[in-house]
Amino acid sequence: MKSFWVVSLSLWVGFFTVQCQAKIKEAFTVQKVAPGLYFHLGNHELPNRTNHGAIANIGFVVGKQCVAVLDSGGNREQGRLLKEAIEKITDVPICYVINSHVHPDHIFGNRSFKENGVQFIGHKNLARALQARAIFYTQRAVEQLGINLTLQDIVLPDIAVTDSLTLDLGGRILAITAHGSAHTDNDLSVLDENSQTLWLSDLLFVEHLPVVDGSLKGWLKELKGLSRLQVKRVVPGHGPVLVNWRAALQRQESYLSLLLREVRAMIKEGKFIEQAIAEVGQNAAGQWALFDVFHKKNITFVFAELEWED
Amino acid sequence: MKIVSVILSLCLVSFISVVSAGVDETVWQNTLKGQFFSGRAISESENIIAIEAPYRAEDAALVPIRVTSKINQTDDKYIKKITLIVDKNPIPFAAEFNFTPLSGKADVAMRLRVNSYSYVRAIAEMNDGQLVMVKKFVKASGGCSAPIGADLDAAMQRLGRMKFKFPSSVQSNEPNLAQLLISHPNITGMQMDQVSRFIRPAYYVEKVKVTFDGQPVLTAKTDIAISADPNFRFYFVPQSAGELRAEAIDTDGKVFSQTYQVKP
Repeated sequence: MKSFWVVSLSLWVGFFTVQCQAKIKEAFTVQKVAPGLYFHLGNHELPNRTNHGAIANIGFVVGKQCVAVLDSGGNREQGRLLKEAIEKITDVPICYVINSHVHPDHIFGNRSFKENGVQFIGHKNLARALQARAIFYTQRAVEQLGINLTLQDIVLPDIAVTDSLTLDLGGRILAITAHGSAHTDNDLSVLDENSQTLWLSDLLFVEHLPVVDGSLKGWLKELKGLSRLQVKRVVPGHGPVLVNWRAALQRQESYLSLLLREVRAMIKEGKFIEQAIAEVGQNAAGQWALFDVFHKKNITFVFAELEWED
Repeated sequence: MKIVSVILSLCLVSFISVVSAGVDETVWQNTLKGQFFSGRAISESENIIAIEAPYRAEDAALVPIRVTSKINQTDDKYIKKITLIVDKNPIPFAAEFNFTPLSGKADVAMRLRVNSYSYVRAIAEMNDGQLVMVKKFVKASGGCSAPIGADLDAAMQRLGRMKFKFPSSVQSNEPNLAQLLISHPNITGMQMDQVSRFIRPAYYVEKVKVTFDGQPVLTAKTDIAISADPNFRFYFVPQSAGELRAEAIDTDGKVFSQTYQVKP
């Protein structure tokens, strides 16, 4: 009887695994944003054991000599699928993997690109953030994402960007900017000069509720700077590619400003964090995907940041 | 049909095992109880204290927890100590708060790091040695959240700043609520590489002492489960005008302090 259960269980687990892999594969397609620039559109979901953390927008740029990967995906398998997609489109070798920031949905495909000749690029604070979070992220991977991650999945950057960096992919220039603390304390944006496309990653959320994990005030400041840029289109970290990107930037700015205003007012009134979590910004519900899972986290984070203003 | 029912029952079995793994008491029963209260009887009741915690930790780095007392602190009967334990944290001991009859009320609120699906428990020790426990199960947060401070540079720049806050004007001869904020990164030391050149080893506030006119109000022993920028709410009873003083000592032996002249 016992062996029957074991056999059934392993059959079931096997069946489940095949199903899951099929699901990732089926969902993986890349679209052309501009000549030589491609992206995969993520779904607005919380990372979970069904999507295995593969939820973010990821992509790549093809030059004459080099390909640069723009975020590697939420797990090794998604990284591998991205790599396959690149190899189908071009014979140009992959020279760089640019990690826009530390969050798991953007970096856990890294290991699939790790080989001689590939350099990983990140914000100067990325290594520190990876060091601080790696053990926790890998330990929680089975429970949260239904995948095994080890410290080998943590790839520290070979090139750290302090202010800015220009990459020449061969007839194609990428201008990388290291931002001040905003969505995280290690955000990069990438401008593809050829197509005038700005890869903002999670500095901009479209449809998906913006998540604050760096500094609210810092993010508002960065948004001001970004709004002055003259680019043709923007690729956000979550949500569709936009030509009319200023409206999306404004929409995000108005949510973040609402947090700033309401939380600041509650702190001034001597209210506690528990009250703020329960009451702040409820009017914004219904305007964003995943509001219920991230809004309270945002209030919590922002409250702790603004407590030290005076 | 048979296959379907086998799969369904297996689903059910794994579902049940996931749920019971989630709320299990084994770490407490097998390890923590003995480690912290060896051989002593602990009753579970809400007659002495109650605990408030969110059902889901919205942010793993900062989970507001509040313990409220159901009895007044009198010379004859008072809560001497409240210990906070997070079963599934890498270091389950979060904090220990010592009170006196002068505390007025043995209430305390704080912010904790909660790594995983876990019970958060508060154990009150009465002046006669009796132990009474309350607990709440907290579901861990998902997504990108991690139980650390997110902006280390900002926290280091403010290192040692302290503030007192009072939600309402202070009244004499009755318990008044006070809030103490301490700016400290409370680095867990749980980083990937112990000799990392990026982050230093564990560095956190390990003692907090609050006095009113030299008399102890609250004395706490704290560990890395306390969120960055430790934040406590507690009561004190001023008989007349006097000085509220807080002192925080970190693992480097650095001492930070703050005073507030209370004028009821």
